[in-house]
Amino acid sequence: MALTPEEVRHVAGLARLDLQPQEVELFTRQLNDILAYMEKLQELDTTGVQPMAHVLPVANAFREDLVTPSLPRDSALKNAPAREEGAFLVPRVI
Amino acid sequence: MAEPLYRLSISELAPLLATGEVSPVALTEELLARVEALDPGLNTYVTVDADGALAQAREAEARLRRGQGTPLTGIPLALKDVLITQGLRTTCASRILENFVPPYDATVVARLRQAGAVFLGKVNMDEFAMGSSTENSAFGPTHNPWRRGCIPGGSSGGSAAAVAADLCLGSLGSDTGGSIRQPAAHCGVVGLKPTYGRVSRFGLVAYASSLDQIGPITKNVRDAALLLNCVAGHDPQDSTSVDVPVPDYLGALARDIKGLKVGVPKEYFGHGLDPEVEAAVRRALDTLVSLGAELIPVSLPHTEYAVACYYIIATAEASSNLARYDGVKYGIRDEARNLLEMYASTRTRGFGPEVRRRIMLGTYVLSAGYYEAYYRQASQVRALIRRDFEEAFGHCDLLATPVSPTPAFCLGEKVADPLTMYLSDIFTISANLGGIPGISVPCGFSSGGLPIGLQLLGPPFGEATLLQAAHAFEQATDWHRRRPPDF
Repeated sequence: MALTPEEVRHVAGLARLDLQPQEVELFTRQLNDILAYMEKLQELDTTGVQPMAHVLPVANAFREDLVTPSLPRDSALKNAPAREEGAFLVPRVI
Repeated sequence: MAEPLYRLSISELAPLLATGEVSPVALTEELLARVEALDPGLNTYVTVDADGALAQAREAEARLRRGQGTPLTGIPLALKDVLITQGLRTTCASRILENFVPPYDATVVARLRQAGAVFLGKVNMDEFAMGSSTENSAFGPTHNPWRRGCIPGGSSGGSAAAVAADLCLGSLGSDTGGSIRQPAAHCGVVGLKPTYGRVSRFGLVAYASSLDQIGPITKNVRDAALLLNCVAGHDPQDSTSVDVPVPDYLGALARDIKGLKVGVPKEYFGHGLDPEVEAAVRRALDTLVSLGAELIPVSLPHTEYAVACYYIIATAEASSNLARYDGVKYGIRDEARNLLEMYASTRTRGFGPEVRRRIMLGTYVLSAGYYEAYYRQASQVRALIRRDFEEAFGHCDLLATPVSPTPAFCLGEKVADPLTMYLSDIFTISANLGGIPGISVPCGFSSGGLPIGLQLLGPPFGEATLLQAAHAFEQATDWHRRRPPDF
């Protein structure tokens, strides 16, 4: 399953990253080396093995639905590169 | 006093602070001066908070005078810059967060604060904890105090190097695939990765959420137990922290290890293991036997699949976790004509090459058509790795292995070849995939004078046994007392 430079550009787009032309070449080579190594996992027969996303048997951690103080709005907004009227400001979308 | 204060351990200083023989302010001043003088040659600190530290030290002094101190009151620590600290810049060693000042504390930071600890500052790491050498830092690499020009290990390299060079008394790091244990081994100090769920991750900036765990890096095992006593325990803010009683880890140190069954997994002693590392670890096994432990050969047959499994799962989780850095809520922003261009431009400038590589790898293995072959298969292999450990712990109390296949390598040596760098994590990664605890303790030196670590792995929530065995080993050896000649 070798990655082509076009696929690398596509994946970068999905991840919201820009790539310079020379980076496309470098990442294609490096990612293919890594993916070739990962092929190793295909040696194993995993039929019937339950996938493990998480080591803990905890499924849901419920708590009482209580009203408690939360982070003040000013604190939450303090690190925003741009803000206006108590909201995060972003470039025009529509 | 025979030794300068900065040379002492937390457990040696605690009684001196309690009786007033040592002032936390004087101790903090001494360490700050040492950091100012020596850190430029090592680059362990990203941010030094002298004013904050001195204010905390004065508070600690007042508290100790009132007789209300804890064993950590007035103890100057350094925090890996991935743990968020209210009012103190937290960068994750990334450009994208170079101006981020968190509005609240991580739970572990809040607990240490409550105990009266002093925070000297935030220490260097691989960007977003992605790396094994601390070379992937936007603020430059950290050097190994045992030999400048060598890596300190990673990703908690700043923590381990600062502890080794006596630039702090202890540190908290994070370990996703070995990031506490491997730098501890390379710098000749103690590093403990607790069981997944033992310590709250609330306020630990996420890399791979199902693998990340916070733990102490210290000068000796007793100090690791002291720090773990403070930070372990359930936290309602982290739904993956487990409500299991926290034993007194210091108490565990008093027990000997006669009759302890120590498994030696044959897969950890094969091809690729440096002969000097193997010799040091084998001598450590002999020491454990001389203390009454019994060695049992065991097998962890899926070990050779751990690296491939890890770099699928970790990057998949990272690609999702790091989607939050978009130039909207915090961090830097590149201005652009529209929202999508702003995202891409900000992220491209903000992330270093290794972070971008891992985000892309993770995005790819989760993408349509490849999910089954990569992510699902890796999740199944992870279950097999966990099963290997369960079977091994069916007939032994803990496992003993090397931490890293080689001593610290040179800066720049593996940067161009990410896969070779990934393969150096072979002995530490499985513990994260299995969610089990592990500790690294100094067990010797290479002929070139670089430290070598012994890794002990335990069953889930077996930290007390790990600390007990590591402490017994430490009492029988003096590796942990060695100091880098230039520091």
